[in-house]
Amino acid sequence: MKSTLKRAGYSKVQRQMNDVFIHFTSKVIFLIILLFSINLFMAGHYTPGGGFVGGLLAASAIILLLIAFDYETVRKMIPVNFHFIITLGLTLAIVAPTLLFFFGTPFFTHQHTYINVPVFGEVAVHTAMLFDAGVFLTVSGTALMIVTLVGGTDE
Amino acid sequence: MTTNILPMLPIILPFLAGVIMLFLGKRPMPHRMISAVTSLIMVGVAAFNVYYVYVNGTMVTFIGNWSAPFGISVVYDMVAALLVLTTSIVTFFVVVYSFQSIGYERERYYYYPMVLFMITGIIGAFTTGDIFNMFVFFEVFLLASYVLITLGSRKIQLQEGFKYLVVNIVSSNFFLVGLAYLYSVTGSLNMADIHIKLSNYDGNLAIMTIVAVVFLFVFATKAGLFPLYFWMPGSYNAPPMPVIALFGALLTKVGVYAIARTYSLFFTNDVGYTHQVLLLLSLLTIIVGSIGALAYTNMKQIIIYNIMIAVGVIMVGFSMMDYAGTVGSMYYLIHDMIIKAALFLLIGFIIYRTGKNDAADLGGLIRQHPVVGWTFFIATLSLAGVPPFPGFFGKLYIVESAFDNGHAIAAILVLLSSLVVLYSVIRIFIKVFWGEPAQPIELKNIKSDKLLFSAVGLVIISAVFGLSADFLFPIFEMAAESFFDPSSYSNYLMGVE
Repeated sequence: MKSTLKRAGYSKVQRQMNDVFIHFTSKVIFLIILLFSINLFMAGHYTPGGGFVGGLLAASAIILLLIAFDYETVRKMIPVNFHFIITLGLTLAIVAPTLLFFFGTPFFTHQHTYINVPVFGEVAVHTAMLFDAGVFLTVSGTALMIVTLVGGTDE
Repeated sequence: MTTNILPMLPIILPFLAGVIMLFLGKRPMPHRMISAVTSLIMVGVAAFNVYYVYVNGTMVTFIGNWSAPFGISVVYDMVAALLVLTTSIVTFFVVVYSFQSIGYERERYYYYPMVLFMITGIIGAFTTGDIFNMFVFFEVFLLASYVLITLGSRKIQLQEGFKYLVVNIVSSNFFLVGLAYLYSVTGSLNMADIHIKLSNYDGNLAIMTIVAVVFLFVFATKAGLFPLYFWMPGSYNAPPMPVIALFGALLTKVGVYAIARTYSLFFTNDVGYTHQVLLLLSLLTIIVGSIGALAYTNMKQIIIYNIMIAVGVIMVGFSMMDYAGTVGSMYYLIHDMIIKAALFLLIGFIIYRTGKNDAADLGGLIRQHPVVGWTFFIATLSLAGVPPFPGFFGKLYIVESAFDNGHAIAAILVLLSSLVVLYSVIRIFIKVFWGEPAQPIELKNIKSDKLLFSAVGLVIISAVFGLSADFLFPIFEMAAESFFDPSSYSNYLMGVE
């Protein structure tokens, strides 16, 4: 953003663009998008949605913060390396289906059970969710990594 | 239980190893050990699978326990078993070769995980029984190959990598379009199911010819058939030697496999048109490849054009789609994967040792490296198809089948192409190993024990493969049956329905 402004003729550019409106609204919208992405992720089992879309939305929420604030703020917010997020996601995606071999069923055959959670009542717990969480993490990690790399933050 | 695990292992293992390596950070030593050990385990598993399939017949696992035409199934027939075994062997040797040749920086930037992710995709494409899943696995290995071709960011790599990227994205789009056509015609994506549906239908199936042409466009681009080979000589020239060996030995062969599979299972109603087009294109590929192989003195380019000749010869056999043709092509396919990798690795050793790409600048290397010289000579004979070596048996069957079907010109072209292959590669041998160099060459002092281990190892495997042709024949007969008698492939659906 700084270089764009410089090219547009602003001689003095502040170190950080402080815009109260963007800051405030993005803080609110960030939460909404993140909640919606989790909603999509959970809905993915029976209805449209799932890890891929949810992951993209989660990444877009964080990218919104990246635009409103700056890279350092976002790094402070997510102290893990994006590499690690991707790796964790891939691990979940491969280990969850592989462990199911121990049930004597083909690859990717999912096991489920029902548990009682205080507020929500009876909830289905499904190993497919572990796999989908892996997809969620991989997709959001990859999207964030691409944006930060192409965005060209100075190391 | 075993049939659930065994077909999946060759896909799971490299992926798992890649993920473990991502956790381990950037130190190259653990990466090397994990990738070598994994590929060695894969060789073991794949060899056992060949035995298992030979004894018990095709292995099928239904992913997610969805029964066959609805879910994705992994069909591990003899073709897949042999291709997976060869892929694992080539991977093992190339990975070992990479230790001393790929360079520290590339190793730090996830070279080995990318190789193994690419192998995951290739093996997935070989074993899947679902045409859409095959598309997905194509994307998996293409994504990894985009990384491998540009890793290192030299100028030529970025330039050729971009070309490679654009070509493959366009052809993948057409793959998707072709799949949409196929699905709208047949209403199924399971390859065996499509075969059964098409062969039981007696109406007009002219639209399948269009689908055949779309698929041919896609797979011909991957395999480097004429006239869609234009990206290959440039793109395969750019990356470092082990990557070229992987690409040349494995990636083009996935295209060949896909053509053979789809043309045997789907496009059987208008053989007079589709398979004739295939034959014509493969003959033109042989001719163009021969011209290229004769025109260059750059060693890499000669071998790259030899890939085209080999692809053409294999496709001649598959376009006949009879017993002799498919047995020959199947045998030649496996032979070519091994020997192309071996030749690239040998050439790579010469290039690393002398620092020169062009055979015309070299000479007299046999005094320093007699073993490499004679190994190269054996590899040359094997590539050209001189009798005790494996190239001969494959070509014998292909030529026999071409004569049987009245394609005398095709048969003669295949025979003449062997002469071109022999001449073009023996020219490298004569220029590099015999005579005196025009200018004295300074040999670089490199560590080369692992380079030689891989290159010589692959040539020995190729020679053993040729000598045991008689013993292996029933296996290849079984593999070819999936092609010339496609109902044997789709048999597994009968048990389900």
